[in-house]
Amino acid sequence: MPSDLVHLYMRIDHLPQIWCPGCGNGVIMRDVAVAIDELIHDEENSINREDIVIVSGIGCSSRAAGYLDFNSIHTTHGRAIAFASGIKMANPKLHVIVLTGDGDCSAIGGNHLIHAARRNLGLTVVCFNNDIYGMTGGQYSPTTPHGDRATTAPYGNVDRPFDIANLASGAGASFSARGDVYHARETIDIIKQAILHKGFSLVDVYSICPTYYGRKNKKGDAVEMLKWQKENLVPTARYYSMSEGERANKKLIGILSFNDYPEYTEEYARIIALCRKAKKK
Amino acid sequence: MYGRKKLVIEEKWCKGCGICAAFCPKEVLEIRAEKVAVRDVEQCISCGLCELRCPDYAIYLVNMEE
Amino acid sequence: MSKTVLMQGNEAAVEGAIAAGMRFFAGYPITPSTEIAETCALRLPQEGGKFIQMEDEISSIAAVLGASAAGMKAMTATSGPGFSLMQENLGYGAMAEIPCVIVDVQRSGPSTGLPTSPSQGDYMQARWGTHGDHPVIALSPASVLETYTLMIRAFNLAEKYRTPVIFLMDEIVGHMREGVELPDPGKLIINQRKMSFHDGANKQCYFVPEGEYVPAMKPFGQGERYNITGLAHDESGFPVNSSEIAGRLVKRLLDKVEKNTDHICRVEEIEMDDAETAIVCFGGTTRAARDAVNAARAVGKKVGMFRPVTVWPFPEKQLRARLPQLKRILVVEHNHGQMLLEVQRCVGGALPVGFLGRIDGTVISPRDILARLGEMEGMHHAE
Repeated sequence: MPSDLVHLYMRIDHLPQIWCPGCGNGVIMRDVAVAIDELIHDEENSINREDIVIVSGIGCSSRAAGYLDFNSIHTTHGRAIAFASGIKMANPKLHVIVLTGDGDCSAIGGNHLIHAARRNLGLTVVCFNNDIYGMTGGQYSPTTPHGDRATTAPYGNVDRPFDIANLASGAGASFSARGDVYHARETIDIIKQAILHKGFSLVDVYSICPTYYGRKNKKGDAVEMLKWQKENLVPTARYYSMSEGERANKKLIGILSFNDYPEYTEEYARIIALCRKAKKK
Repeated sequence: MYGRKKLVIEEKWCKGCGICAAFCPKEVLEIRAEKVAVRDVEQCISCGLCELRCPDYAIYLVNMEE
Repeated sequence: MSKTVLMQGNEAAVEGAIAAGMRFFAGYPITPSTEIAETCALRLPQEGGKFIQMEDEISSIAAVLGASAAGMKAMTATSGPGFSLMQENLGYGAMAEIPCVIVDVQRSGPSTGLPTSPSQGDYMQARWGTHGDHPVIALSPASVLETYTLMIRAFNLAEKYRTPVIFLMDEIVGHMREGVELPDPGKLIINQRKMSFHDGANKQCYFVPEGEYVPAMKPFGQGERYNITGLAHDESGFPVNSSEIAGRLVKRLLDKVEKNTDHICRVEEIEMDDAETAIVCFGGTTRAARDAVNAARAVGKKVGMFRPVTVWPFPEKQLRARLPQLKRILVVEHNHGQMLLEVQRCVGGALPVGFLGRIDGTVISPRDILARLGEMEGMHHAE
């Protein structure tokens, strides 16, 4: 018997999941389930379970859509945000949550990410960012650090990486944040805020891939990789209490940018109302 | 052991990654034959960090029955 | 009484779609289809519908599939280069059984080609553009009025068979302006998709009763949780690795169309009752073919026109029925011989099949067709 949470929000017939031992994706998927559960039971901001749609693309991360017991759609590689845009437009009351990966949302789907951010369409994108293409066996992705190894970077990665949360901020995302596997509780809270945020929200969650990225780059096992997160990724309060020197090479776990630009489907509803009024005259 | 929660292990789902044992603040858990095992349940403080970070949902806390 | 209005083919595509219930359009500007997006942007909010200009054609069809899954009748429109970009998600729509209409206003290719010039070079792409074996329905209108009425049929077929329908226009029809008398909206037949609202316990969202081919559809976000995927899946909608289940699924998808060709395939025939020569054509080419038939008839030649309105699946039963009376067939199309291959397959060498095509962006004239017919007859007499 799994826990009540798993029983309630996951399709247990399809578990245990296919991810490798120590893969961070399972933790992030649980974070999403906990965030939703807490919002469903939140008296102030209660959301309806049936209004949640999980949309994913292709890759390790995107298998999450099949495990989570909500309306779920597992789409094509890179296109989850585009499918989600249509779902949200068709039915704006839905909470459309995109579960994607670093390759899915910033390489093949990078264009859709920046344009959904720019439009401020009310989607929540949770990126399971493990710095590698796992499903195809360990090729470098747009977030693989410069110099790191991958099966397609046998001499070290020539590319310079994206910081996906900053990329979304730069594209105009009205909510952009970073989470990780180690700081699961903080990440759950960030995902909750992202879901409640009316406009476009992105949470770039640093996952771990001990099997491919970790092994190729001598980062140790899952435990070692999480220890690295503990040391180098810093939740908001502590981050801002640190001196600039202390922050060097550290990254913030928390919200990077936030504002209340008008949300796209609400803006469009205004256009419909305008047209209807003109028609009546 | 304090708190009113019981530690439950779903051994079939455990992939033996060791995250729960490594980050348990009271060293309650250990890995034996590639599966999680309870080393010393008396030390458990029901903090739930093992459940929080288990990628495979193989360990969790339940409220003790009255 | 309905009044006559001057309308462009691209505008008629939108008005027909709105009459069919289309309320969501996602697209990206591309000549010569752009007026479809522009007209949707103007007209849809007036009808309570929604328009979104996406960042490319890939996202356009993705958004359309998303909106359709969420319960809306949805459409996108493009031309050759954009149609190529849509192919992967077109296959997704076929696999996940999400109805939608994809308009391709064909232009001269390959590549950027001659963007403002007519062509029918996407005929085979419409059939085989996406990977894997998949069902395809494609319709091709020949006039502005038919663009309106056939668009309604395109949505009806998409909804009935739960599959993307390709509306294969060309620059000739898309940019043509004609006076049209639109049918009385009350007399239109509009189909809605078959919906299923089982109790929550029944998760068999792709359940198909014995003897049927199309599962009823559950909309997203209306109380029933289920899974949609482009992976091979069983009736519950979840991925499987079983070759037996995967094979059965793809066979059923193909059968949806193949077992229903009597319903899906429509042709237009002109002067075919006693014809000895058939001009086979589709879409915008029909205009010149019709003039050529009239001119040939005026000098006593038994020439008729056979036009697939449903271009995929190719209406082979209808063409085969005409073969015994025919001495020759001339296939006329604005490409290098694409529907020609389908005609040759159906004829199987029983008759001479001639071809007239153009790949230079210019329009085939009735005179070109008559000249080619004359050549064919000459060859025939010489035998």
